[in-house]
Amino acid sequence: MARFLTERLLQALLVLLVMSFVVYMLIGLMPGDPIDLMIASDPNLTAADAARLKALYGLDKPVIERYFNWLLAALSGDLGYSRLAAQPTLAVVLPRMGNTAILMACTLLLALGIALPAGIYAARKPYTKLDTLVNFLCFGGISMPSFWLALLLIILFAVTLGWLPASGMAPVGSESFAARLPYLVMPVMTLTLLNAGVLTRHIRAAMLEQLRQDYVRTARAKGVAETTVVWKHALRNGMIPIVTIISHDIGTLFSGAVVTETIFGYLGMGKLIYDSVMGNDFNVALVALLAATAMILLANLIADVAYAALDPRVTFAARKA
Amino acid sequence: MTVQDPAPSLEAEQSGITQPAHTPFSMVLRRFLRHRAAVVSAVFLASLVLVCVAAPLFEAWLGTTFADQDLFGRYAPPSPGHPLGQDEIGRDVLIRLLYGGRVSLLVGVAAALCAAVIGSLVGLLAGFYGGRLDALLMRFTDGVIALPILPFLIILSAIDLKKLGVPQTIALSDEVSLYRIVIVVSLFGWTTVARLVRGGALSVRQREYVRAALALGASNARIMRVHVLPNVVSPIVVAVTLSIGHLILVESTLSYLGVGIQLPLPSWGNMLVNAQDLIYSAPALAIYPGLMIFLTVIAFNFLGDGLQDALDPRATSQKR
Repeated sequence: MARFLTERLLQALLVLLVMSFVVYMLIGLMPGDPIDLMIASDPNLTAADAARLKALYGLDKPVIERYFNWLLAALSGDLGYSRLAAQPTLAVVLPRMGNTAILMACTLLLALGIALPAGIYAARKPYTKLDTLVNFLCFGGISMPSFWLALLLIILFAVTLGWLPASGMAPVGSESFAARLPYLVMPVMTLTLLNAGVLTRHIRAAMLEQLRQDYVRTARAKGVAETTVVWKHALRNGMIPIVTIISHDIGTLFSGAVVTETIFGYLGMGKLIYDSVMGNDFNVALVALLAATAMILLANLIADVAYAALDPRVTFAARKA
Repeated sequence: MTVQDPAPSLEAEQSGITQPAHTPFSMVLRRFLRHRAAVVSAVFLASLVLVCVAAPLFEAWLGTTFADQDLFGRYAPPSPGHPLGQDEIGRDVLIRLLYGGRVSLLVGVAAALCAAVIGSLVGLLAGFYGGRLDALLMRFTDGVIALPILPFLIILSAIDLKKLGVPQTIALSDEVSLYRIVIVVSLFGWTTVARLVRGGALSVRQREYVRAALALGASNARIMRVHVLPNVVSPIVVAVTLSIGHLILVESTLSYLGVGIQLPLPSWGNMLVNAQDLIYSAPALAIYPGLMIFLTVIAFNFLGDGLQDALDPRATSQKR
């Protein structure tokens, strides 16, 4: 176990290192560099001043050298400053991670709360009218453009009914969780509706597979209550593939909420990544993307550990291959 | 060289014994027609393609183009001259929807095909040669799957083409956003096909007829083309159909965020860019393009589901 974890963590670090290089290169290809931005803000600067500024900030060096300078500084804990927020990068990124974690936890809980009963019900009564209906709803959820769903919800709940604030994080001056709650409802609803469809389909497929296994028939024949058979025997085995899907969902949610967070003005990682990329805030974009990737890798690792916990047949030695 | 894949002919023979009138194709068609949602979707998509291709005819009929502005007709409600009304600068909503459909369908189909080609190549190489190459390619595939894809797409879509050495005339042309988004999206869309093809190649590689072909001196390229690829065509077709829907969603999302299809070219995504500011004054403008995306994507998903039932009954029985 310890060896498995060390190996996987080292792998994850390697992936992050490669990622940081790739993202650094990509950002170098984005329109505008910091000096361009300075020049734009001061029309009196001459070309010679620009060159001097470039040399001052080391921007005249080749990109590889600049990357290693960034890496050395980053490893010593200096991640630079945010251009837009005029704060250290970490001070910008960390609160956003917290906000996204709240959004993610609510969404996952709700999506599972919908998908588990729906998927299990559909799997117990396959090819009935209700199964077909569930299937249709899932296809709807999978095919829904996130931004359109968000717009429809705003039109319904903010414009027509006026029940919920259209966007934002909290009313000015009050930061308590209760005050933030109304602002959470629509983003969570959007993400839940988008994710519940995929989850339900996977849960249905996994449960269908389990419910026709011999051990389920044996348990039923021995007179075990149907609820116990379904929710204990079958679900425990069915959860194994589902855990992978959920861990993947965590990864996508962490960065994939770009659209939802942007529309609702929710200050999470997705909006941070989008704003920093669009606003030439390269330090933040780089760190935020790496943080998002790290979260995905971490979620995958947790899924692997959960796998072994759920299925005693899986050992860490076997999964190494 | 007369080595042939025995599987299809055997299947045809067997079905010939039990059900004389059924060719493999008619069986596929029968299974497809049983999936009612897929049939409805196919009809819907066919008519959509037809109407979108005929968009210039609608322009001629209504006497306006997708870029024509009419500042006296801002937010005009539907009228005989503008069946779905006019948008915030008086452009005809119907015509823009049709042109947006051309763009979205084109991007979806082109990107899905590009992705299928990349995925097939990667999958073939990995599955057929195995060993180190397989391990390397599959690790790479896993790595791509683990990326936070949407942020990466945003960065790639925002890259300054001039810094990549693309000539100014191309980098600033109207259509460049079209090509760019097809390339960017397919760079991330190939992983499903790669895994499918690799799996198929792995299992086919060990079959007797492939060994026989090898013994007869067939080249690797020939074996891949004649024996491996035909065996994985059905899952590829299903995967491509499903990915068209998904890629249309991705395209519209990027266009909505302002890094996809650029104006004056309309796309269903970029028609919604201003929608959030207009929801109080013109909510209808936010409804149509999104509805078109939703219907098109769900149709492609149902179509893929139906094709899977029809082409790959084994996978379906596993799915169920």
